[in-house]
Amino acid sequence: MALFRFGRKEESPPSQAAAEAAALPVETATDQPAPQGFLARLRAGLAKTSRVFNTDVRDLFKREGRLVDDEFLEELRAALVKTDMGPSAAEAIVVDVRERLRARVVDPKVVLDSIRTQLLMRLAPAAASIVTATSGPTVILVTGVNGSGKTTSIAKLARLFSRDGKRVVLGAGDTFRAAAVEQLGMWAGRLGVEIVRGEPGCDPASVAHRAVAKAIGEGFDVCIIDTAGRLQTQANLMQELGKIRRVIAKQIPDAPHETLLVIDATAGQNALSQAKGFKEAAGCTGIVLTKLDGSARGGVIVPVAEQFGLPVKFVGVGESADDLDRFEPEAFLSALLEGAFSAAG
Amino acid sequence: MFESLTASLSSAINSLRGRGKLTDANMREGLGAVRTALLEADVAYDVADGFLARVAEGAMGAKVLESLDPAQQLVGIVHQELVGLMGPVDHSLHLQSGTTTVFMLCGLQGSGKTTSCAKLARKIKEQGQGVMLVAADLQRPAAIEQLAVLGRQLGVPVHTPADMPTGSTDPVAVCNAGVARARKENISVVILDTAGRLAIDEELMRELAKIDRTVGPDQVYLVVDAMTGQDAVRSAQAFNDALELDGVIMTKLDGDARGGAALSVKSVTGVPIKFIGTGEQIEALEDFHPERMAGRILGMGDVVSLVEEAQRKFDQDEMKRQEERLKAGEFTLDDFKKMLLQTRRLGPLGKVLGMIPGMGGMQEMLGGADLEKDMNRLFGIIDSMTPDERRNPSRFVDQSRRRRIAAGAGVEAHEVSDLVKQFDGMSAMMKGMAGLGMRERMQQVQQLQAQFANPSARLGRPKGDTGKRLTADERRKLKKQRDKDTRRKKRGDRA
Repeated sequence: MALFRFGRKEESPPSQAAAEAAALPVETATDQPAPQGFLARLRAGLAKTSRVFNTDVRDLFKREGRLVDDEFLEELRAALVKTDMGPSAAEAIVVDVRERLRARVVDPKVVLDSIRTQLLMRLAPAAASIVTATSGPTVILVTGVNGSGKTTSIAKLARLFSRDGKRVVLGAGDTFRAAAVEQLGMWAGRLGVEIVRGEPGCDPASVAHRAVAKAIGEGFDVCIIDTAGRLQTQANLMQELGKIRRVIAKQIPDAPHETLLVIDATAGQNALSQAKGFKEAAGCTGIVLTKLDGSARGGVIVPVAEQFGLPVKFVGVGESADDLDRFEPEAFLSALLEGAFSAAG
Repeated sequence: MFESLTASLSSAINSLRGRGKLTDANMREGLGAVRTALLEADVAYDVADGFLARVAEGAMGAKVLESLDPAQQLVGIVHQELVGLMGPVDHSLHLQSGTTTVFMLCGLQGSGKTTSCAKLARKIKEQGQGVMLVAADLQRPAAIEQLAVLGRQLGVPVHTPADMPTGSTDPVAVCNAGVARARKENISVVILDTAGRLAIDEELMRELAKIDRTVGPDQVYLVVDAMTGQDAVRSAQAFNDALELDGVIMTKLDGDARGGAALSVKSVTGVPIKFIGTGEQIEALEDFHPERMAGRILGMGDVVSLVEEAQRKFDQDEMKRQEERLKAGEFTLDDFKKMLLQTRRLGPLGKVLGMIPGMGGMQEMLGGADLEKDMNRLFGIIDSMTPDERRNPSRFVDQSRRRRIAAGAGVEAHEVSDLVKQFDGMSAMMKGMAGLGMRERMQQVQQLQAQFANPSARLGRPKGDTGKRLTADERRKLKKQRDKDTRRKKRGDRA
């Protein structure tokens, strides 16, 4: 994992990342979460989940004096698979628990700690903060499959940056889907940020070009560019993303500073294919995990982080513009495991 | 679609091949692999468990033990169970004659409701029925505009909150008014586009139930993203509890999602999967066929779909005209272009290829190659030719004309030559085919497929074509040689 971090040249140094995190009103993983913190919100979201749906895994830790046996491990596997982390990651964790705790009496704390350690190790590459430009505007390109929540995430990102006192300009690069430009335009109006539009059906690269030009010319701090939703299997559309990147890089050589892939938390194992496709074709540098306020837990980011080293930079936990937070692996895992094993606590 | 599940399943089943008979032990291994495959395909954990139990039950027993090919046997059982789990189907829209039929589409955010509404409207309009869309998604910014734009594209009226006298922002009121307006205007079908919501958002689910209660839609469809993971079971269950669903539309099946959610949703709700969304184009809505889907899962190809689609979209008259011309021995570049255009109407070429058995790999092999773009280059070349050149390119297109055409089409000169060469081979085959019966034609097509499978092989002239007319002298020489060979062979036989 350490090796991996060294490999990421464009990453801002840890000290800067820490300073950034400290400067922001974002709750880190502590034992006393503030009411508006990331963990609190996740918990609130997932509490709804457990109230309605989690009866199936409640029994896992319930029986007194239960042994770590095949039956227990099978139930554990089921609970893990149901978070969408995928059969192989679940299997690895089950094997780990079996090797260490087999035939012992189930101690929820010990079992959960063991799982947490395993998951944290896998998620380690996912801990990285957003890369910003050293001078001039920071350009963020936002990509993803259809319906993953790109436009809404952009609105939330814009809100997050303007809350920090940054001046934000948006580029409405989804010129394909009907009324996508209007959708972003309405958000821009609500948030009071500037927007660069294109005609429906025009080349998204031209919109990106104009947005970046405006950001440079008028001294904006952040330029966030929307793209049309596309499936990672559509080769020509994926190439289009490459073109957008090149057009942006012509104006600012190290831009886009971040290319974010928006992944829907309800997505299953196809998110792996998405991460692979978008990383290869669009040079994605990070993930925005959306719709975490539903009953889905987004466990798929575990194999995504492990296999593609793509860090989760933000999570969307609600429908209002404020419901976006920087990703905290510890807090995420707490919520994930609390959701999956709600009877443990 | 489902390609990856196909691959995993066949590797699981291949591990059983050549091991003689099914035993408890080797079946467990095979079934374990099938289970991993199902989970990787996002089939819900409990659904996968139930599925495997049934497969194991079906596989154990005398029949299997006596079977000579246990792998085939297991494939058969897995296939059967997959079909059983996803079927039976009901593609009927249950339109009521004489009165307005109301459809309601619901689902999670981003599942593709609005697009599916438009696709459904197009399908109904194609059947000659009047349709109206109602924009009841008042949550997402610009969702109303999106539906309005799609309605304009389709030439279908869209009822929006702006049409309300009071400018109401209550989705229940908008739906009610929309349905009332359709009844008044004698529009036979109304489709309600509702806001996306979380299955666990009780307030919004109540709102949906209220629309259901007061408007009383005849058909309630749940729109499910094929990429959904384990959550598919939970959300489908919640929607089914709140609304009593009548059907499911599964979207985004044109990607590489394995679509295990199809199995989960069907088994949890028990309602049929009606349609599948297979592309961004507004016509990309197809009937769902469990046996085809299961066949695809097991790598059997999907010829039926292809034939059906071809029948619907090919212009029958145009086909006949071409047939006549072929019989008369005429085949020009214009005909070639028409043929390509017809093929393209079937859908993205990559998708069409994937439907032909044995061509699934071809699709992968082509990978990023952009067939559509290549086709457009060909059209460019053909369009840059004079009528004479199109009729007989190998006769007219000399070096100077080749340069002119290449410049006109914006391609390299060698691409023009390539097309002319390919066309020569093609037209010879086409002319040959016109006179043949069905059986011979199939053989020809197979030959063509074999050529496709080996892209390095150019379309050459098939044997039997009068490539070059021989002089009397040459013919005599050939006959002499043949006779000599025959005599030599006879001598060899006697010796």
